[in-house]
Amino acid sequence: MESCVHRIEVRYTTDPRLKMRTSRIRSLGFAVDELHLIDVYTLYTSTRDFSKTELADIGTQLVNPVVQKFLADTPTQIPFDYAIEVGFLPGVTDNVGATARQTIEDFFSLKFAEGEAVYTSQLFLVSGTLSPAELQKLAVTLANPLVNRVLIKTRTEYGNKGMDPVVPVVHLDELPTAETVNLDIEDMELARIGKEGIVDSLTGQRRGPLALDLAQMRAIRDNFAAQGRMPTDIEIESLAQTWSEHCKHTIFASAMDDDVPNGLYKTFIQAATNKIRAEKGDKDICVTVFTDNSGSIIFDDTYLVTHKVETHNSPSALDPFGGALTGIVGVNRDTIGFGLGAKPCINFYGYCVGDPDCDPALFRGKNKSTPILSPRQILDGVVRGVGVGGNCSGIPTPQGWCLFDNRYVGKPLVFAGTVGVMPLEHAGRKLYEKEAAPGDFIVVAGGRVGKDGIHGATFSSEALDHASPVTAVQIGDPITQKKLSDVIVNEARDQELYRSITDNGAGGISCSVAEMAKECNGCHVYLDKVPLKYHGMAPWEIWISESQERMTLAVPPEKLDSFMSLMQSRDVEATVIGKFSDSGKCVVEWHGKVVMEITLDFLHDGAPKKHLKTTYLKTTYPEPESFCPDRLDATMRSMLGRKNLCSKEFISIQYDHTVQGGHVLGPVQGAGRVQSLATLTKVVPGSKKGVGLSQGIFPSYSEIDSYLMAGAAIDTAIRGLIAIGVPLDTIAILDNFCWCSSDEPERLGQLKRAAQGCYDYAVQFGTPFISGKDSMYNDFSGFDAEDNPVKVSVPPTLLISSIGIHADVAKSVSMDAKIEGDLVYVIGETSEELGGSEYFALLGGIGNTIPKLDATLLKARYGRLTDALTHELVASAFPVSHGGLGTALAKVAIAGQLGMDITIPSAMRPDYYLFSESLGRFVVTVAPDHKRAFERCCGADAQLLGRVGGKNLRITSDKLLLDLPVTELTNAYKAPFRGY
Amino acid sequence: MTIAAQRNSPRVTGLTQRSELAMIDEKALIMSGFGINSEMETKEVLARAGMDADIVHINDLIAGRKSLSEYRLLVFPGGFSYGDDTGAGNAYANRVRNNLWVDLLEFLDGDNLVLGICNGFQILANLGLVPAFDKHYARDIALMPNRGGRLECRFVSLKPAADNLWTKGIERLYCPVAHGEGNLSCSADTLLRLKRQKMIAFTYCHDDLTPAYGEYPWNPNGSVEDIAGITSADGKVLGLMPHPERAMEFVNLYDWPLRKEEMRRKGLTVPTESMNMQLFRNAIGYFR
Repeated sequence: MESCVHRIEVRYTTDPRLKMRTSRIRSLGFAVDELHLIDVYTLYTSTRDFSKTELADIGTQLVNPVVQKFLADTPTQIPFDYAIEVGFLPGVTDNVGATARQTIEDFFSLKFAEGEAVYTSQLFLVSGTLSPAELQKLAVTLANPLVNRVLIKTRTEYGNKGMDPVVPVVHLDELPTAETVNLDIEDMELARIGKEGIVDSLTGQRRGPLALDLAQMRAIRDNFAAQGRMPTDIEIESLAQTWSEHCKHTIFASAMDDDVPNGLYKTFIQAATNKIRAEKGDKDICVTVFTDNSGSIIFDDTYLVTHKVETHNSPSALDPFGGALTGIVGVNRDTIGFGLGAKPCINFYGYCVGDPDCDPALFRGKNKSTPILSPRQILDGVVRGVGVGGNCSGIPTPQGWCLFDNRYVGKPLVFAGTVGVMPLEHAGRKLYEKEAAPGDFIVVAGGRVGKDGIHGATFSSEALDHASPVTAVQIGDPITQKKLSDVIVNEARDQELYRSITDNGAGGISCSVAEMAKECNGCHVYLDKVPLKYHGMAPWEIWISESQERMTLAVPPEKLDSFMSLMQSRDVEATVIGKFSDSGKCVVEWHGKVVMEITLDFLHDGAPKKHLKTTYLKTTYPEPESFCPDRLDATMRSMLGRKNLCSKEFISIQYDHTVQGGHVLGPVQGAGRVQSLATLTKVVPGSKKGVGLSQGIFPSYSEIDSYLMAGAAIDTAIRGLIAIGVPLDTIAILDNFCWCSSDEPERLGQLKRAAQGCYDYAVQFGTPFISGKDSMYNDFSGFDAEDNPVKVSVPPTLLISSIGIHADVAKSVSMDAKIEGDLVYVIGETSEELGGSEYFALLGGIGNTIPKLDATLLKARYGRLTDALTHELVASAFPVSHGGLGTALAKVAIAGQLGMDITIPSAMRPDYYLFSESLGRFVVTVAPDHKRAFERCCGADAQLLGRVGGKNLRITSDKLLLDLPVTELTNAYKAPFRGY
Repeated sequence: MTIAAQRNSPRVTGLTQRSELAMIDEKALIMSGFGINSEMETKEVLARAGMDADIVHINDLIAGRKSLSEYRLLVFPGGFSYGDDTGAGNAYANRVRNNLWVDLLEFLDGDNLVLGICNGFQILANLGLVPAFDKHYARDIALMPNRGGRLECRFVSLKPAADNLWTKGIERLYCPVAHGEGNLSCSADTLLRLKRQKMIAFTYCHDDLTPAYGEYPWNPNGSVEDIAGITSADGKVLGLMPHPERAMEFVNLYDWPLRKEEMRRKGLTVPTESMNMQLFRNAIGYFR
């Protein structure tokens, strides 16, 4: 029969969000009086039609009649001037549509046929006076051209007919096949294929970057030449995925100069961990490091905890919401894919973005084509993306941070991490070990495969420019993944229904299957069995697609029936796509024809080795010229209002940080609600223990000295945990390098120094690396408004994330000053170390003296503070970090909503003393009754500065420097992001 | 029928001591599946209060692998069922109504209790299990998007607004909200009936129990009359937006570090449990 299309429009009779939505749009500069939102469901069927009565039944199911109305095949008629409808482009995941479809199927007890669907879109009805150009700009704000389609109508055009029903069906040619690719060509053309992709024989277009250099292309050519045949497109694409910087970390693995023949990773990261583990002996906390999807440490005798931090920078630059969402749900899968499946129990985030108040006019193409997204749009999108991911998945997101620097305008950095928890054993089986066996079925479970996310791995291995593929963006569906996660972690794992599991992230099944095939030495895949979102995908696309929410499992034949019926009973799609073997090969068939046959040796180790050369050049910056003002009241207000120091509470409160019931120390603390630097969460009910999380990141130090930058990051990550009472010997750390221009020897020189710093300080503190990731090309290449080429590179950025175990959370301390009369101490020395500091940035300079550290000294100091905390001698503790002692004191006062009377030594310039970022320091408050015991414990490290009390923060040296009401400090601290 | 609370039940001030009462024989069924996510902590809190619970996937009820009739307390826990698509709780409620309605009616006619927290409350509202005036299961209230337009997670204080089996002995609850759609709305007529029949169980309030009067952030979502939770007309069904199960221990409370210091300075013993346990003890007490 003819295809049938019906359109149901749903609206609130009185929309509670109308005021907020309108005011947000107005705040972006649009002269809009009212912005109404109508939810639209487009029903597309071909095997049956729905009657008027049936459409009314469907409408009733899609609204709450108390506050909502629906109209079937009748346009909404309310006063407005323009209509903007935003829907999805063909092939983009439509989660709401899928839910509406299930509701309709349940109600009528029917099943939608192949190709039938419910599509959703949002209809914005705008009142106001807007020029056509403004209208276009508003549409861009409401939609993302990469994933959305937009239709605009004036009131007259809308008339009585309303909007036109649009069915975003993907139309693709039938059954594409694998093509052979001739690599017996000139080097220049060979290099071009590596850079821009294979030429599609049908369209004549390049298929998108392989990120393979000439040496790698030659190695591929020679390998197949030796076999006397030409490679297929799927073979080349597969090698590109597996050899990508993103998957193989070639820069960290390659020999460097003469002194690092084994590469940075083995020499500085892995070696540090090995040394620390050996030195700790029986007290080693590591369970699995580097080899699995996450790293793991001992929680107690029964449980382990995992941690992994990923970046999703390139996708987030193009589609901030989708990129960040898939970033967080992707790293959740690194937890579910750890061992035989750990339960995600804490999410973690970090954002490096441009100043949201700036609007850089930069373009990916010439003639002002494809402008980059503004930092504000990127910030809003990534904040929402990580929120939706964690909130929908029921994983608390307490810990995170947000850092602003305009060198991140071209490419934001989006860090997403997940902590998991898992018993060490179940019924005698070690849950942190896994091994696929020859003969096991290869099963893919979860979402279906579409064109989304193709070339994600290779594209994140390249700089972002006009050629960045649009299909590289993925849309996440957290609920599909939640269903999958629940059935794996809560049921299938402990029923022992599979032998191995890994997630599908970068490179899709091409990487996950090939990776698992190493466990048994071979695999045979029937690619035509892979369930697709729509027909017509080429085999190479199916093989490398990064469609989300999929795990790959090795299911023994005798468990297959139980596994499949369990999946079916939980509405999780699972499909056998092949078998693991011991052939030593990765073989892929497509409708009975072998389209790929590569030895695992060549696939995993065939990439030619590189030898990288570095140089290091010390840059000197002018010291800012300034004098110390007589009074520092205004300076303090400015410091607290700096975007990197002020409250970003709007992020913390839109992230559910209490689900799973383990909240102990949260993202904001005290009556004054100040953002903390560390959080503490219970992850095992009934246990007194908790998991502490913190981090350190100092990109503003990188250009001065990346070695000390690494030290600052490690110390700060550790110190955040020490402050809440986590002992040093339970702490492990993770490294995430986000570098730029990693083909330049100077940048590699900075990288080498940073890696050396990682080794030295980790070993001195005794904190092992358990997992790490790197992203080496965070550069933007484009044009300004006058078509001048512009390159914007991120500052070399190293995030150190820390995880540690608190023995008794009831003894942990928060950061807020608590009781009038308590004593205020600073623990640790302050030196004149303001290079790269927030204070110098306020003064408009950079400087050169960044903080040094003596880890051996600090280790002893942290041990003494841990003793004081264990004996409950401390009422509050807060590490001194970005912004120095002055802002730390102010934050402790704001958090407690209590004043303080502070006297500082007069030897140093007072502004330098207050805002130097020297490492190893804490502000603590102590009950007067505990004074002697505390001082005995912390010794000469603790210097008494004053007392808690009154309504003002007063700071004096040899004269009064600052006297500000806490209410005023609070306002300065909270003002910048009010209204976000 | 209205189940009145015992008039002279002792007010428990502040924090209750851990109960030594044994586990009861009756069991609770906690619904799961399709994005519900608070089933584990809900099971834990019930166990601590004295009732064993089974977490049951809705598909197992639909397929008949489990039966509602084996249980006395039915809990719809918090979560993000169906990702809030088509309205929070709506799609899950549709799945229940389209597949389990007869069993559910039978359960409601028995001497049983139903509790819905957050997403669970949204499901109850869409099923019409609250307010259910005269056992008429119609959608009479809506939990609309928050006034602020997005999800918000923060601790709130709740004051019992009626004496019933759920609120007995509770002076104040202090627990997190974490929802994007908790803004209770209903017709003037429905509101009047809710008040007249004393079905408003909890309201948002200041820490000193004075009303929030709609003011943010004490009333976090714009709910009419600061309503945080209501019961059914017969009192046996409670729907509540905030999450008492997420703050069962003293150390789960937002302000515990300050309260601990204050208590220690006064020489008081720092408790291990939070005041929020009382709600679950009350539910279980109904079966004792």
